[in-house]
Amino acid sequence: MDAIVGQPLDRVDGRLKVTGGARYAAEFPVPGVVHAVLVQSSVAAGEIVAIDTSAAEGMPGVLAVITPENAEKLQADKGGEQVVSRPTLQDMQVLYNGQHVAIVVADTLDRAQAAASALKLTYKQDEAVTTMDSALNTAYRPKHFRGGARSPDSNRGDADAAFDAAAVKVDATYRTPIEHHNPMEPHATIARWDGDRVTVWTATQGISGAQHTLATLFGIPPANVRVICPYVGGGFGCKGSTWPPATLTAMAARKVGRPVKLSLTRRQMFTSNGYRPRTVQKVKLAADAGGKLVAIRHDGMSQMSMPSLGEFAEPVGLATEMLYSCPNVAVTHRLVGVNAPLPTYMRAPGEASGVFALESAMDELAVALRIDPVELRLRNYADGDEHEDKPFSLKNLRECYRQGAEAFGWSQRNPAPRSMRDGRVLIGWGMATSTYPANRRPAEALVRLQADGSVVAGSGTQDLGTGTYTVMTQVIADELGVSPRRVRFVLGDSTLPPAPGSGGSTTVASVSPAVQAACAAARQKLFSLILADPQAAGLTSADLRLANGVVLAPARRFPLSQVLARAGLEYIEGRGKTEGPPGGHSLHSFGAQFAEVRVDPDLGEIRVSRYVGAFDAGRILNAKTGRSQLIGGITYGIGMALLEETATDAETGRYVNADLAEYLVPVHPDVPLIRTIFVAGEDPVLDPLGARGIGELPMVGVAPAIANAVYHATGVRVRDLPIRIEDVLG
Amino acid sequence: MKPGLTRRGLIGRSVATAGGLAAVPLVTPAEAAIPAAPAPVRTPEMVDIVLQVNGRRLPLTIEPRVSLLDALREQAGLTGTKKGCDRGSCGACTVHVDGRRVNSCLTLAIRCQGRAVTTIEGLAEGDELHPVQAAFIRHDAFQCGYCTPGQIMAATALLDEGHAGSDAEIREYMAGNICRCGAYNHIVDAIRDVASQAAGKG
Repeated sequence: MDAIVGQPLDRVDGRLKVTGGARYAAEFPVPGVVHAVLVQSSVAAGEIVAIDTSAAEGMPGVLAVITPENAEKLQADKGGEQVVSRPTLQDMQVLYNGQHVAIVVADTLDRAQAAASALKLTYKQDEAVTTMDSALNTAYRPKHFRGGARSPDSNRGDADAAFDAAAVKVDATYRTPIEHHNPMEPHATIARWDGDRVTVWTATQGISGAQHTLATLFGIPPANVRVICPYVGGGFGCKGSTWPPATLTAMAARKVGRPVKLSLTRRQMFTSNGYRPRTVQKVKLAADAGGKLVAIRHDGMSQMSMPSLGEFAEPVGLATEMLYSCPNVAVTHRLVGVNAPLPTYMRAPGEASGVFALESAMDELAVALRIDPVELRLRNYADGDEHEDKPFSLKNLRECYRQGAEAFGWSQRNPAPRSMRDGRVLIGWGMATSTYPANRRPAEALVRLQADGSVVAGSGTQDLGTGTYTVMTQVIADELGVSPRRVRFVLGDSTLPPAPGSGGSTTVASVSPAVQAACAAARQKLFSLILADPQAAGLTSADLRLANGVVLAPARRFPLSQVLARAGLEYIEGRGKTEGPPGGHSLHSFGAQFAEVRVDPDLGEIRVSRYVGAFDAGRILNAKTGRSQLIGGITYGIGMALLEETATDAETGRYVNADLAEYLVPVHPDVPLIRTIFVAGEDPVLDPLGARGIGELPMVGVAPAIANAVYHATGVRVRDLPIRIEDVLG
Repeated sequence: MKPGLTRRGLIGRSVATAGGLAAVPLVTPAEAAIPAAPAPVRTPEMVDIVLQVNGRRLPLTIEPRVSLLDALREQAGLTGTKKGCDRGSCGACTVHVDGRRVNSCLTLAIRCQGRAVTTIEGLAEGDELHPVQAAFIRHDAFQCGYCTPGQIMAATALLDEGHAGSDAEIREYMAGNICRCGAYNHIVDAIRDVASQAAGKG
């Protein structure tokens, strides 16, 4: 049988998704469910001094109005991916505009909404710091950078001395704005208590994290919390941690003694579950006359909330440490606290923002050196990871540059800005490098081989639309010799064997080896049963092969149904585990991004008209869902380059464009035909299938490729995203 | 029985007591029960209306302020129609009313009496998917699937409107449907595919 892994199998959950049958968190028909609506603060700093709930409580159908004055007291949050300590109505302090200050429960959604708007709060306002740029002089060192695993600063050689002595230099500051994930499904939770046990249907990228965080907060054992999430309507990082709305829903359900459902409004999505923080990044590059880098310095500052909400430092400099060969490299990370919600991971955290700065600076260096941008990168190619001082497990970046450039037609580029036109329209070609770490974390899986030859398997992982259901089905089909149609892979339930949260492109490399191992264990048990049978005399397990529910041996065959019946079993179960990441190698994926923009010279309108991305991401388990991830990441990057910015009113600290009409994301006409290339290669170090996650990689480098193309088209270097019409009109 | 456990029979009876796989909810639309919530407190503002949804009568008791979207999702149990913004900005809630695509979040349920409402649940003919649904699967025109019902309802209307003449025209007439996973390339592929099949037959 030909391998199923690698084939462009249609998504196994496709039918449910195109018929409206896939159930997202808010859509489970839980009997007796009532509705909750959150209320947010309208000031950025201060204290609540009075809450008048009388009007709301008197409205028809209202069941509860929960405020800091009557909220259940919770334990401190220690679980989850990111510790989010507030706001869960534990005190009267207000630390940002849009902070949750109450939750209202009523028998219908419209009544809960009406009652929420009838709540009257009085504040004592303090002076607020509303923008990062007004507080750069207060920058401080992160206390728990990368969870405390490393210093926020690193040094190799002496970057400052080498910079001062160098022949050709770039010294520039790059800025990226606050961005919001805006998955199409707003976060939602249904919570139902049965005594001291709670079931939550919640939109999450990590059911295990949600289980442990809720258990900690409510002071109950994790076994008393069941988290269910078979489908997630997009996450991009904002559903990675367990944010207060899920907690408050469980609190409300306990209070009213009935199941409670909460869906965030789109506006509430802007202050409820993190965002990509604004960054201000100073980059210095220096090279010798031949284009060899002699110094890199990357000083990154990212916006934070007030420290008591938790900590998140955007790791903008990590790619800078390893992307190019250079003897002198210095990187620092600093935070600037403002009265804003806590930031969090957003698709390609660190790299998306950091590589914009680094790869824009590389383009500026190429211009200063009069060297082709691809050639400059090849002259500084890193054969190993010079920061970790380890070999890469797999690096085919040279092929990405070559195949991407060829597909794009890069050799036809005239390097002079404003030199290429189509009629009156300016054309620009730009490129950038992409990289993202390859990750693996401990995961477990369980497989049951059934008498009819079908397979049921599961792992407590998630499918964010990334294709987990489908690729795990393919892995099982190959391992157990069955058609994918006869495999049912289940996920998204905390009663399944545990798996890590789906973030940081970890799911495939973490879960697929566990699934493979579980299949191998089931197969081994089956073979042992057969070999114990007198009819199998003289055979060894090397003689046996499982295909379509029958174990085949030379001149003999053993139907699964008979083997199981004889043993008195209904199924054979195998369990498998993946350990954490392997040591000894640096684990990274790579890519090369090529963009063409067309700029109207009079109106300044910028359109991406052509795009090629070539990626080195190990073995691709499903070319169809894999390509979807690539075009999705590139599309997200187009948004970062040209459209996305959350704007803050400096007076009130309120986000002024907290909706999808004014927070612009790419729509159909913004996205041209995207050509994607998977550069062949397998990474056997990361996992036995040779695969790597590809959720983030395709987004990295898109914004600088477009910014570099805009420079080539117009001669205007834009260092502050998003790039706007007014930036290029001069 | 708790909701979501209706398929345990699929897995095998001895397994059902072992937790784990047995308890995983995987509810298909056919099995989805309409929520048996206690009736909301009746107030004088509430009105009794009857909608025609997917060719079936749907009697509802609602306040006049309830949107068609909330009536479908919260009262009729038709959760295939999605709420992405509740402000007419994202298209996730697109349904057909008398054959035209509308944002159900901006449409009052009470205004739809006597009109034919079609949702994603009413698009397939029994087990046979609508050609646009099948093309979306074939071209992998989605990832998370949350915008997908709205994209499909918009796409079927677009084809009826005759706006699938070119990729540029498809993109323009699909501009009101946001896909944050960024499946736009594949959505255009799917619509173009159906349009050319229809043209081939014509």
